[in-house]
Order: sequence, then C-alpha cells, then structure tokens
Amino acid sequence: MDKSEANEIEAMTYEQASAELEAVVAALEAESRPLEEALALFERGQALLKRCAALLEQAELKVRQLSGEDLSDWTDTTP
Amino acid sequence: MEPWSLFDVAPRWTVTDLTRYLRHLLESDDSLQGLWVQGEVSNLSRPSSGHVYFTLKDAGAQLRCVMWRSDAARLRFLPQDGMGVEAHGRISVYEAGGQYQLYVDALRPLGEGALYQEFLRLKSLLEAEGLFDAERKRPLPERPRRIGIVTSPTGAALRDMLNTLRRRNPLVEVVLAPTPVQGEEAPPALVEALERLNRLAAPDVILLARGGGSIEDLWAFNDERVVRAVAASAAPVVSGVGHETDFTLVDFAADLRAPTPTAAAELATPLTLQDFWADLSAIQGRLQTRMSALFERQRVRLENAADRLRFFSPLRRLQTERQRLDEAARRLAAAQAHRLQLAAARLGGLANRLQALSPLGVLERGYALVTRRRDGRLVTSRAQATVGEALAVRVRDGTFAARVSEEE
Repeated sequence: MDKSEANEIEAMTYEQASAELEAVVAALEAESRPLEEALALFERGQALLKRCAALLEQAELKVRQLSGEDLSDWTDTTP
Repeated sequence: MEPWSLFDVAPRWTVTDLTRYLRHLLESDDSLQGLWVQGEVSNLSRPSSGHVYFTLKDAGAQLRCVMWRSDAARLRFLPQDGMGVEAHGRISVYEAGGQYQLYVDALRPLGEGALYQEFLRLKSLLEAEGLFDAERKRPLPERPRRIGIVTSPTGAALRDMLNTLRRRNPLVEVVLAPTPVQGEEAPPALVEALERLNRLAAPDVILLARGGGSIEDLWAFNDERVVRAVAASAAPVVSGVGHETDFTLVDFAADLRAPTPTAAAELATPLTLQDFWADLSAIQGRLQTRMSALFERQRVRLENAADRLRFFSPLRRLQTERQRLDEAARRLAAAQAHRLQLAAARLGGLANRLQALSPLGVLERGYALVTRRRDGRLVTSRAQATVGEALAVRVRDGTFAARVSEEE
C-alpha cells in the first residue's frame, strides 16, 4: 500500500472505514480474483480494520451547541 | 304538642338504627357517590396507621374527610393545611362518631383538574388530526452519527444523557440546542430549538428531554405548538420527559417515547461500543478465513501446475524413452531367444541327419570300423593288413583290439 492510500484511510471516519471494510470483505468473499488483486484488497482491509480499531480506542464524545447560525464547541458549565 | 304526649309512644328508633338509616340514605344517592369536591385542606393528620384525615373547608362550611392508607399511597403530592385541592370520593356516615364524611380515593391540587381537562381536549383534537398515528412513527437509525438534544443546558437531564451517550457510543457527535424547558417562554423556545436544530445540524435523531417535576413544570411539553413542532421535525424525535409515570402530549407525538432522559439516550443508541468491537472482530474473522481459503486455493493450483510441469518435463520424456528402450531390448531379447530356439531345433534335425550319414551310423547296423593301431588309419584295403598287424575294431558300443593272424 502506498503512502497516499495510507493517508486516505487515516483520514476516514469510523462509518466510512467500517462501511468500506464491509465492502472489501464482501468483495473478497463474492468472487475469486487474481491473487495479486486479492492480496491488495486484503491489505486494504487490514488497514481499514486497524483504522476502525484505533477510532474505537480513541472515541470521545464530541459535544457542540447551536450558537447563532453556527455550531460551536460546548463546555459543561454546570457545577 | 302536649308535653305528656311525648311519652305516649315507645321510641321508634334506636340511635344505631337511625344512624344506619341515614347512612343508607346517603349511600343510595348516586350523586353522592363518586363526586368531586373542591376546598381548602385543614386539620390534616396522618397517624401511624397511614390513613389521612383532614377537613375540607370553604368560606361557608366544613367537610370531614378520610383517605385510607391504600389510596393515600397513590398520592403524587403531599397535601398540606391551607392547600386548595379537589377531592374525589363518596359520602357516607361514620356511625361510631355520628358524622357524615367524605371517603376520599383521589386528591389533586386545585387547578390540576382544569389542566387535565385541557390536556384531554388537546389530546383528542390532535389525535383526530392524526398527529399521534402509529403510521407516522419513524424508526430510529441503527447507527446515528449525529444526535441532537433539545433540553435545558443546566439540567441534570442533559448530564444524564451525555453520560449515557459517552458510555454507550462515544463515536456519535452531539449537537445541543439549549432551551428553557418550563415557564411561559419555554414553548416558543422549544419550537425554535427543534426547527433550528433540524435546519442547522440535520441530526439523525433528536432527544427532547426534561427531568422530573410537577405537572405544571412539565406543562410546556403539553403545549400545542411544541407538540406540532415535534410532529413536524425532519429528524425522528425521542421524548424523555419527567419520570416513568409522566405522560405528556409530546410523548404521543414523538416517534418514540422514553420513560426518562437517560432511557431516551439509550434508545437513541441501539448499538454500543461493545457491539462495534464485536462487529470488528467478526469481520476480522471473515477477512482471515477468506484469505486462508484464497491461499489454500492458490496452493492447490500451484500443486496442480507442478504436477503438469512434471508431466511435460524432459526428465519424464527421458524416462519414457528409457522405458521404450527397455521394452525394445526386452522384445529384442525375446525375439533372439525365439530365433535361437528355432536355430537349435534346426540344428538338432541336422545333427540327426548328420548322424544318419555318419559312418558311425553304419556301426549301428552291425558293421565295424577297423583302424591300424600304429597309425590310426582306417583299414580299407587288404594290403594294409599284414600278419601281426595290431588293429582296433570299432563296433556300435565300443572298440576292441585285434591282430591279423594269417593271410587268407
């Protein structure tokens, strides 16, 4: 996998990565393809898997609030 | 009436009979059974028996009231002296005390009845419009990414919901639309919050929530404007207003009603972090199984190829050639042996014929060969045999010696 592909995966959200991961596995399961192609898919699948796990590991609830016509970060000010 | 006439007849009633009769009179009057009466609470007492005793009064009269423990246990508020209430019950007589009184089975703060009537009126109106129809309810997304929250920014309800979301699925993003949730300003503020949240944040689901409170506290969630805004929300709405026993009109209009704010946050996140980990582990298993199968198939293919390669290899052809050679050699040897046999047979025949032609063959027929001992020459003429000459006579089965004895 080249660097740009790795960067692309690194930028994915959990939904994006897990949706593509599902698609990759389904594609691998659905048809037999040349080994080289299958290996490339497998490698991408593993990178996506890693990305998903990292996102689950680091997940932190993000809270924003409506302010005017925009969204701004929300900090709990209740005592 | 003359004074003595009072003693003319025996008394017709005993006190008990009379009291019982009055009790019967009151109890058989339907308008006194299951009535609502309004007044101010006084002389309230609640002894250890658990029953509640009080007097209802207004400017002109007083009414003794008793509420049995089982009914009092259902009270949603604590009645106090001076409080205006509406009491529901039946009129009867406490015979031992000679008092008629109201046996209360339900009690509500004054004004709540009017609120409740308004609640019912609005409910049937909106119901008739179809706002509460089951077909209008939308399913909640299984994997919400953005959850909108409409509630007070300072309430415990918000903290409960955020904690629940954080614990269950911290992957979601929360957009808060802060708004007052009680008082005059609450209904228009709630309507605006819902509208702006949908327009600016387009959440996958909205939690509309408020912690517990009195029926007046929750009243904004019975406001027609708020109910209509909930029904009109682009995103499905989960209501979590008050406690489990509180029902507001917003609950009927919402796509899903949760008993509490915490429960609303739970319902909005059907899948938790745990589920995501399980999914991930399952898909990892599939990926590995698939790759193992792929490698296995490649291995088999390679083996087949190797087999075919061996089939066409020069070594194999060499072996084939060698085999053919061996076969040829074997066949050659066999042919040779056959030929030899033929030759031998022919030779045997020749030998027999030779045998027949041999002079020795004559011996078989009784002839003899005579040779001279001295030089081994065959004696074929008279001249060769002088007297005394040593001869060898060969007959069929051997040779014996002889000597020429005399001339003839």
